[in-house]
Amino acid sequence: MDLTLLLIQALNGVQYGLLLFLIASGLTIVFGIMGVINLAHGSFYMIGAYLAYSLTAWTGHIFWAVLLGAPLAALLGLVVERLFIVHLYHRDHLQQVLLTFGLILIFNEVQSIIWGDDPHSVAKPEFLEFSIPLTDVQSYPAYNLFLGVVCLALAGVMYWVVQKTRLGMRIRAGSSNPEMIQALGINTKVLFATVFSIGVTMAALAGLLAAPERSVYPGIGEQVLIISFVVVVIGGIGSIKGAFVGALMIGLFDSLGSTILRSMDHIELVSGLSVDNLTSVTIYALMAAILLWRPAGLYGRAQ
Amino acid sequence: MGAAAGAGAIAGFAPTKFAIAQPAKVRVGLLLPYSGTFARIGEAITNAMVMRFAQAKDMMGGREIELVKLDSEAAPPKATENTSKLVNSEKVDVLVGPVHSGVAMAMAKIAREEGVITVIPNAGADQITGPLCAPNIFRASFSNWQPGYPMGRVLAEEGKKRVALCYWNYGAGQQSAQGFKDGYADGLKETGGDGEIVKEIGVPFPDVEFQSVLSEIAALKPDAVYTFFAGGGAVKFVKDWAAAGLKDSGIELTGAGFLTEGVTEAQGEAAEGLRTTLHYADTLDNEVNKIFRRNYKEMWGKEADVYGVQGYDTAELIRIGLEAVDGDVGAKDDMIAAMAGATIDSPRGPLSLSPAHNPVQNFYLRKVVNGVNTVERIAVEALADPAKGCRMG
Repeated sequence: MDLTLLLIQALNGVQYGLLLFLIASGLTIVFGIMGVINLAHGSFYMIGAYLAYSLTAWTGHIFWAVLLGAPLAALLGLVVERLFIVHLYHRDHLQQVLLTFGLILIFNEVQSIIWGDDPHSVAKPEFLEFSIPLTDVQSYPAYNLFLGVVCLALAGVMYWVVQKTRLGMRIRAGSSNPEMIQALGINTKVLFATVFSIGVTMAALAGLLAAPERSVYPGIGEQVLIISFVVVVIGGIGSIKGAFVGALMIGLFDSLGSTILRSMDHIELVSGLSVDNLTSVTIYALMAAILLWRPAGLYGRAQ
Repeated sequence: MGAAAGAGAIAGFAPTKFAIAQPAKVRVGLLLPYSGTFARIGEAITNAMVMRFAQAKDMMGGREIELVKLDSEAAPPKATENTSKLVNSEKVDVLVGPVHSGVAMAMAKIAREEGVITVIPNAGADQITGPLCAPNIFRASFSNWQPGYPMGRVLAEEGKKRVALCYWNYGAGQQSAQGFKDGYADGLKETGGDGEIVKEIGVPFPDVEFQSVLSEIAALKPDAVYTFFAGGGAVKFVKDWAAAGLKDSGIELTGAGFLTEGVTEAQGEAAEGLRTTLHYADTLDNEVNKIFRRNYKEMWGKEADVYGVQGYDTAELIRIGLEAVDGDVGAKDDMIAAMAGATIDSPRGPLSLSPAHNPVQNFYLRKVVNGVNTVERIAVEALADPAKGCRMG
């Protein structure tokens, strides 16, 4: 194992982490502010990816697909919130899990009916259709770098909205004390609908942007769901900053961790686990350790 | 075969409840995924079976065929309940399914206990025709070990000295990798060459985070890589491989045929030139295949694939069984004997069954040219699974 490989793996980890952040940021604000466990969050990521597929085919360019897809997703978020989520605010978590799990099944079936079950690819923009040589063997796809930069920019926008705007102030207030902001006369109905819509849009944006790199096929939503929850829990529920740090930690742990583990001789014999299983274990061990140290997550407020 | 059918007719046909005007229908229970990721496969298998039955005017061995479909959801936890439903409530005479190996394990267990004649149209778990084998269980597809073995031989024969493995680390991936390793070892032995497996990289199923895996392979610089991925994972792996510049690096990407099966359109340019081994290729140049593909296209409006072929042969096995006993499904032993001894002129080439009831079939070395898996040559002829641990009876 040489330094170059470690550096490349760090790059891979950061890029994966940034995408995870985009997905998890929507989840964490919905979870933190509205207190709703939204299992269907992965479905909105999936819908984003399929929108990328259809809209790119229609408009001929992924950028148009993103521009059209994001408002569509926001609208979908509003509709879902008004129809379903609104009934969950004063119910316990089990009922939230039941309803949002039902939504997963419905969205998957709708996907199957509209788009079928074949995998599809989405064309990258032409000017990003090249790779940058890293070593004499490997090069790095330009689109992946672009994706990382866009995720970083969106993280910046999120930070600005949450820290510097009135909406952000309300979101933060709602996250720390929902009863109080209601008492202060803020219309939580509008606030919650807005927040949920933003959450859905973030997930769909992640799907839209990632589609050219990751392809589109049934089940992609569920793939990112669990790891997004891990990110949210590590970072602290409701904290955008926490989601950012948590996502980067998971990304780096995943790519660097497996490389380091794989370079250790006999690790599989000693542990009785294969390296990929060990890597998954270390990610959950990381989560457990952080929760032991800070039960509310890195940036969560203790209840 | 004619003699067997005649003997079966005399010895086995006991005209019981359907003796008078209309014999009861033979109920064929299908436990296949009709929703979720594998829905496509369930549909292809069903389509081809329906087509084969329709060609026989839905009559086999003098009795009408009736299909009872149940969505397996490819969910192993539901497999026991679903199988029982078909066997005990629906009282099917023949059981067909599943696609998913996890479902197959639960299903095989019940099939063994109940003794219902079962034909597996896809699931490749080695155990089914290994330790879990039973006289009444047949497989019309492949064992996971099978598509790996020929690729190992090909690479060994071509003198690839440093080979890395990369696969989804679950049952199917591990068994496929074992097949490759056995084939590679046999190939080296035969050619007297030397070579080694330099690394095995598992990826948790069904993850598609391949960037760090690719970086690792690039650092290793093996001569070739053998992979086991399918569906969306196969699309992403092949595209990531090309995007990481590995296609022009001198490292050859190979795999079990699923890597390029039914996904080349989504993979596009990235799949061009990839070599894989499988028991079928769309372009197989034999009359049965051409007719099969033409009929399938006419009936269903789309191209047939390997899953359709497996479904077609499943129906063919059932036909052979039913005709041998003139539709008397009670004559189980005769039916089983006829099916076990079947030789089928399949779209995939000649097909017979091993003593463990797993297909003995040709494996083809295929290469993607213009998005089509074209046949290079037969990689291994009439390959049988080692069927480790199978004791019949």
